[in-house]
Amino acid sequence: MRTHKILLLSGVCTFAIGIGAAFGESRNLGRPIAPADMAPWDIDIEPSGAGLPAGSGTSDQGAPIFADNCASCHGDGGRGATTTTSGAPAAPPVVSDMKRSGIDDTTLTIANFWPYAPPLFDYIRRAMPWTSPRSLTDDQVYALTAYILAENKLIDAKQVINAQTLPKVQMPNRNGFIIRFPGSTPHD
Amino acid sequence: MARFSGNTEAHTVEHVGANGLLHRRALLRHGAMFAGALGVGAGIKITGAAAEPLVEAPWSLAPGDPVPAYQLPSKFAKNVVRTLSNPDFEPRTSQSRTPHHLLDGTITPNGVFFTIVHDGVPEIDPGVHQLLIHGLVKQPLLFSLETLLRFPLTSRVAFLECGGNSAPLFSPEPVQADVQALHGLVSCAEWTGVKLSTLLEETGVDPRAKWFIAEGADAAHVMRSVPLAKALDDAMIALYQNGEPLMPGNGYPMRLLLPGYEGNMNIKYVRRIKLLPEPAMSYWESQVYTEPLPNGKAYQFYFVNEVKSFITQPSPGRPLQQPGVYEISGIAYSGTGKISRVQVSADGGASWAEAALQEPVLSKAFTRFRMPWRWNGGPAILQSRAWDEAGNAQPTRAQFVAERGELSSVPPLLAFKNHHFNAVVSWAIDSKGAVTHAYA
Repeated sequence: MRTHKILLLSGVCTFAIGIGAAFGESRNLGRPIAPADMAPWDIDIEPSGAGLPAGSGTSDQGAPIFADNCASCHGDGGRGATTTTSGAPAAPPVVSDMKRSGIDDTTLTIANFWPYAPPLFDYIRRAMPWTSPRSLTDDQVYALTAYILAENKLIDAKQVINAQTLPKVQMPNRNGFIIRFPGSTPHD
Repeated sequence: MARFSGNTEAHTVEHVGANGLLHRRALLRHGAMFAGALGVGAGIKITGAAAEPLVEAPWSLAPGDPVPAYQLPSKFAKNVVRTLSNPDFEPRTSQSRTPHHLLDGTITPNGVFFTIVHDGVPEIDPGVHQLLIHGLVKQPLLFSLETLLRFPLTSRVAFLECGGNSAPLFSPEPVQADVQALHGLVSCAEWTGVKLSTLLEETGVDPRAKWFIAEGADAAHVMRSVPLAKALDDAMIALYQNGEPLMPGNGYPMRLLLPGYEGNMNIKYVRRIKLLPEPAMSYWESQVYTEPLPNGKAYQFYFVNEVKSFITQPSPGRPLQQPGVYEISGIAYSGTGKISRVQVSADGGASWAEAALQEPVLSKAFTRFRMPWRWNGGPAILQSRAWDEAGNAQPTRAQFVAERGELSSVPPLLAFKNHHFNAVVSWAIDSKGAVTHAYA
């Protein structure tokens, strides 16, 4: 990485010419960028936990954050009780002991369906709160993740959630899927 | 909609199916007869009262309006618009549906192209927007719109269909609604842009890469995982839609286009592509675009919008005015390739006849099918079924339900209780010409 940074400092244009020579047909139209400069956008979390940032949170810490930022749409305690002025559900429940019913997608919940826990952190951080996404700190997102997992009885109420513990959370429906791709596609 | 009304002689046309399905040359033959009849001053009878003498209409007697910079449809076509699921912009997803029953041909105009946005339509400055390609590549690179326009651009026609299109048809009873409400979350356009494989030649690909994620710059930051094979096949960073810059609701200034794959994967406002060894299992693939099955399992990574067709005319909202000859017309498409064949039935599937496929028939694009039909004023059930070039057949409803199941009760019209419905659709016509949704 040190070499990389020196190259960048020495001038993007020079660096791009170097890349062009290496790839032969390159048009040299893309601009190289260093890993540290990508970090603000590099927010995807893998099921393995790869990409999880430093920080941590507990359910107790998450409860007031949820009440302040999430309950207006997801209901008190995340139980999805609210509706919008049109009567439509404002947002799905995120805490629920609902059982799956037939083929009804709307009975799928984090507790009865999600195969992995790390995507919960990913989704809260990238998309929530709906009115101000990306406004929460990583510690707050960990705390909300812990709160939702604990309220769904997927972790102990005192469990600290961080980059090490989150990927270890066992989701009950982990093996409930049939992978359709690539069997039905022309790209086998 | 009647091209020919009334009592043209039944024996002059060839019947190719029960309950009035006519040979596809029937309309041409009638047209020739009609033209000939004009020439000799006699010929087939047209029913109805004799026409009034012609007069100049008001718009023929005064100058019209000035020409606008960007033209909009006639005020008389003001109902040819999308329907909105969230007109008050409550804090939730917003859908708009294409009025297929009021359109024809195979290209969906940009103004009525369906949209779904999960946190509003962003207003993106194309001079600021950038596309980052990184992860398991040899050199991460940033591309501006300006730099993308210096790559070789290609155009192709492709449909886009939401995985939840036609979801009301999982209902155990037919939901009464028009084509727009039932099937309006699919549209088709010509897209122009840079193939993703071209950009990956610039970054280089680490052989450990098997998937990539694509992520949008909108507030929802929608992210989906896609097999890398699709990137190396026909994936595109699309910049133009039917010849003009992408519409804001369809991804301006750039979107990922994955021909034949469910709409949500075609990430709009795409700002980041990252190559990975495994899928990321985002919210959209962990919960939303999964398909729970009757056996308690669920499909994951369904991806392909499979071979499908539906009749747009006649259809609910397009009743028949009087007995006589009509054209049955509809849309067929497959996420696997070209449509190879469409059949139409007027008796609820008891007999079938080949529909004409309008050229050009393009891979992963709308194909318009047409079939002349004489409605005798009695009950009829119209259906279409399609095949694609890979040999996949559109399933009957019974076949589809046997594999995928159906809901235990009638869902709300706008609910998405399952995804990827592609079975045969039935329109029932009563003796008054009213058209309703039926299961047959």
